[in-house]
Amino acid sequence: MDPIEESKSRVLTGRDERRALTIPILTPADKDRLVHAYHPDYKKEEYHPIRIGPNAGERTVREVAELLESDSPVPAGLDLTPQYRVDVLVVGGGGAGATAALTAKALGADVLLVTKLRMGDSNTVMAQGGMQVAITEDDSPVTHFFDTLRGGHHKNDPHLLKVLVEEGPMAAQWLIGLGVLFDRDESGNLKTKKGGGSTKPRLLTCSDYTGLEIMRVLKDEVLNKQIPILEFSPVVELLTDPDGRCSGAVLKNMDNGRFIIVSAKSVILATGGSGRLHIEGFPTSNHYGATGDALVLAYRTGAKLAHADTFQYHPTGSVFPEQLAGALVTEGIRSDGGHLVNRNGKRFVNELDTRDVVAAAIIRECAEGRGVKTPSGRVGVWLDVPMIDLLMGDGSITKRFPAMVRQFERYGIDIRKEPVLIYPTLHYQNGGVAIDVEGRSNVAGLFVAGEASGGLHGRNRLMGNSLLDLIVFGKRAGSAAAKRAKSVPAGKLTLSHVTRFRKELEKNGIKPKRVAPIILPDYVRREAITPAALIKP
Amino acid sequence: MSDPMSESTIGAHGRMITVEIMGRPYAVPEGLTMLRAMWYTGHEVVRGAGCLGGFCGACAVTYRTKEDVRLRNGLGCQTLVEDGMSFYLNFAYYPNRKAVYDLDRISDPKQELFKIYPEASLCRNCNACTEACPQGIDVRDGVWKAVFGDFEKVSEMFMDCVMCGQCIPVCIADIAPNHVALYASRAQGALLTAPPQDLARRIADIQSGKYADEWKKILSMNEEEIKAAAQPSQ
Repeated sequence: MDPIEESKSRVLTGRDERRALTIPILTPADKDRLVHAYHPDYKKEEYHPIRIGPNAGERTVREVAELLESDSPVPAGLDLTPQYRVDVLVVGGGGAGATAALTAKALGADVLLVTKLRMGDSNTVMAQGGMQVAITEDDSPVTHFFDTLRGGHHKNDPHLLKVLVEEGPMAAQWLIGLGVLFDRDESGNLKTKKGGGSTKPRLLTCSDYTGLEIMRVLKDEVLNKQIPILEFSPVVELLTDPDGRCSGAVLKNMDNGRFIIVSAKSVILATGGSGRLHIEGFPTSNHYGATGDALVLAYRTGAKLAHADTFQYHPTGSVFPEQLAGALVTEGIRSDGGHLVNRNGKRFVNELDTRDVVAAAIIRECAEGRGVKTPSGRVGVWLDVPMIDLLMGDGSITKRFPAMVRQFERYGIDIRKEPVLIYPTLHYQNGGVAIDVEGRSNVAGLFVAGEASGGLHGRNRLMGNSLLDLIVFGKRAGSAAAKRAKSVPAGKLTLSHVTRFRKELEKNGIKPKRVAPIILPDYVRREAITPAALIKP
Repeated sequence: MSDPMSESTIGAHGRMITVEIMGRPYAVPEGLTMLRAMWYTGHEVVRGAGCLGGFCGACAVTYRTKEDVRLRNGLGCQTLVEDGMSFYLNFAYYPNRKAVYDLDRISDPKQELFKIYPEASLCRNCNACTEACPQGIDVRDGVWKAVFGDFEKVSEMFMDCVMCGQCIPVCIADIAPNHVALYASRAQGALLTAPPQDLARRIADIQSGKYADEWKKILSMNEEEIKAAAQPSQ
């Protein structure tokens, strides 16, 4: 028998035995030992010192260190006469950007939203697991606070975290008011699901399309409010006034290659994360434009980063079929009782432990030879999806995970009948530009929201807190940016921070390895293209 | 571990096949998605790629398979190339009209549909929208359900909609079915569904300061104290 099929049969036959087994959530000490041994965040040889700028002296992964020491794409003598003069410039077309733009607009600010892809093309749209909000009787914002803190290795900024959990219910109410259809129970209350690392069920979901539903509605509302949008127009450099305050940005029109200058009293970076940097060579679940732009843009202006050395490897990235390598398999499968099973048919971790622990445990199983090799040489462990129909009744998988059923069906895999092979995939930038509770960076006029920001999630984001972060801090940043715009005049536009940064690179003898922001990853194959004969009609 | 630069060959296996991209024939390995076949054959893709996970609709493609007369629609990040296939990334940009409306000012959302999307009721049943949908939604039926006021059913049917817009250019009655459905779905959520009571209760608790004392205590703790308090005693 084929070794994959043989292992798969053990998954299907060993269910009763596995269900009888209780695997406890790891104690803090055991958790530390496991992640230090197997989590990519602790692989010392991958970490390099940051040599210049506000975080000089700290260490981060090579890919981020190179990004922070990159050169600006903007020539020194660029004409900075603005084509747009606005109160608030929102950079990024995902959930945080849309929320910030709507909030600033509602406060009377003149808003421009710019994005590198189309409005809405983002990681938000792919979020499947849900949004954590403490609403049930025996849950509370305080419990949500402590769950998140434990997930984040106690490194979360408690002030940011308190805002997140306490404004969560209001965020949910705002979305419902815009028409987001969260799943309900029979009595009309919101349905809640339990997520990894959480002591109470508090995930609000729209089947496994939670992010898509939220983003579809937010984008539609941005269009309803007639907020001007420039698509395919990423920010390639920020602008500062002579005192170092952020005063605008240089964009690039990706259709014609021209620069566009924007003067803005407040700039909000909501550009998301950095999965497309393929940190430590990992495949990623992230969208095409997730190249860590905010990190480098903010850093050059002097903004400090928080936890820029820690990344979330989502435990369950697909490894088979090969075409889905890196694509996410939602945590919802584990929330509903799906087991993780190694080659020998054994469970090896509590499936609802925090993501860093589960990811590290999967890496351990594979490193110690208990993984399953795919035909193309990847390795993974099983996620027993069909168990959900056994636990919750026939038809549950179809009803609760329509997106995933569709995704695998395209490759002839019926997840209602077969387990899937998974391995951790680069999923989330835990840290980012340090912010305060108003979404302010330490550079005046520069605000950051969503995945681009840092401090809230500590060293490991609790599942379901990202969608909430987008809304709560998108609103906070939008509101503070609009208020600032009312009280300050438009600043002078200069590239003095770029000049200063280039001098600092030179002084430290650093030859930039690349020009950044990267904007889009380069996947174009350079080898010779094989000619082919014309296809007959 | 994968080499990120191998993104253009992920999935490649077996024999080389011939595909036509925007009318030019190329030899590519079997197993690639259309988008990877673009990268494999040296195309830089700016417009036409988005989430790369089948959710955002940016990579709408039109294609034809060997010896089939039918033009098909799909998502370029999800559809595999086949020998003899001809395709192009159609960038999914249509200068279509999305009605601008203010949900807060709508008292009768079902009647309002005929004001903001009057063309919705002119569907001529050609079914082209359903045929064009890469998500397998019965789009035509959805438009009719919206017109007859079954917004709840529309919202369920269109939960899978990635707003790729491929139903728009094929409509002979100039309807943008995805926008009609999104309006119906938003109205269903915002105006036609009772607000959840548990959520309202929790918001009232927070606003009345129910947790204020606990917060005061927690935020005055040092790091070690918070750490100790975070350990579950339950």
